[in-house]
Amino acid sequence: MSELRSALAGAVFDGIAKVQEAGLCGMIAFRGDLSATKVKNAVTGVTGVDMPGQRGCNVGGDNGLAWMSPDELLIMVEHDKAELVLETLAKGLKNQHYMAENVSDARAVFTVTGKHAAEVIAKLAPVDMSTFSVGEIRRTRLAQVPAAFWMHGENAYTVVCFRSAADYMFGILSMAAQEGSEVGVFG
Amino acid sequence: MLILECPYCGVTGEETEFHGGGEAHIKRFGPGSSDADFETYLFMRENPKGVHFERWRHVNGCGKWFHAARCTMTLEVFGTYSAQTFEPPKEIKDAISAKRPGWSWREFS
Repeated sequence: MSELRSALAGAVFDGIAKVQEAGLCGMIAFRGDLSATKVKNAVTGVTGVDMPGQRGCNVGGDNGLAWMSPDELLIMVEHDKAELVLETLAKGLKNQHYMAENVSDARAVFTVTGKHAAEVIAKLAPVDMSTFSVGEIRRTRLAQVPAAFWMHGENAYTVVCFRSAADYMFGILSMAAQEGSEVGVFG
Repeated sequence: MLILECPYCGVTGEETEFHGGGEAHIKRFGPGSSDADFETYLFMRENPKGVHFERWRHVNGCGKWFHAARCTMTLEVFGTYSAQTFEPPKEIKDAISAKRPGWSWREFS
């Protein structure tokens, strides 16, 4: 089998915040009736985290569930477990209408950490970062490409975008994180 | 710049996160309709100064289509509502009436 590689092989940039390509992450795009008990049990069963509410994002270790739209979830698992999880979902969701697709290798994941991490994001996305908090996901754009991000800790953000835009994403995040470019709006 | 609230994901975002989809509440006239009806459906659009209804898509977000009621002159947004409706809901009409008494748009007022 061919060697698995993430988009930018763990590229790192250090500036007012640390931008790092996070490597391989298992991701499953899931669509279905999110209010159905069967669906809730299946997706929380494979990830071990609580069902997120509107714009919610619950992450524990490599696993997580993110609310993408009223009928869509992003299921995060370990990269090599994704196919297995799809099978588990299929078993748990017999006779339930749903769609699940392994999109692990269609995505690039970055982490932005450090004191000015929020500022780096705020420079690129039309989002009020002063009210953004842990447990929340925001699908939006970063500069010119669609992306989603959430906080995985204090001053620590995870950014997800299409793999084809990985190079662009790393470029803009690094540019926004350049040494000496802090604005100081978030204290 | 318009500030719109997506009724599906509750995000209050600015214009660049959304994409305009033209006029709202257009009734389709397809095969079997008269040429006049079909022409009206295809080409005739409102171009009001004031209250207007539009379709928008939360393109850099949840991806859902929704409706927005806004003023073309002041860019004030009166409200946004679900796409699964043939006419603006009462609370949207009331919100417009409160700010623009006597408004009318196509068959709505």
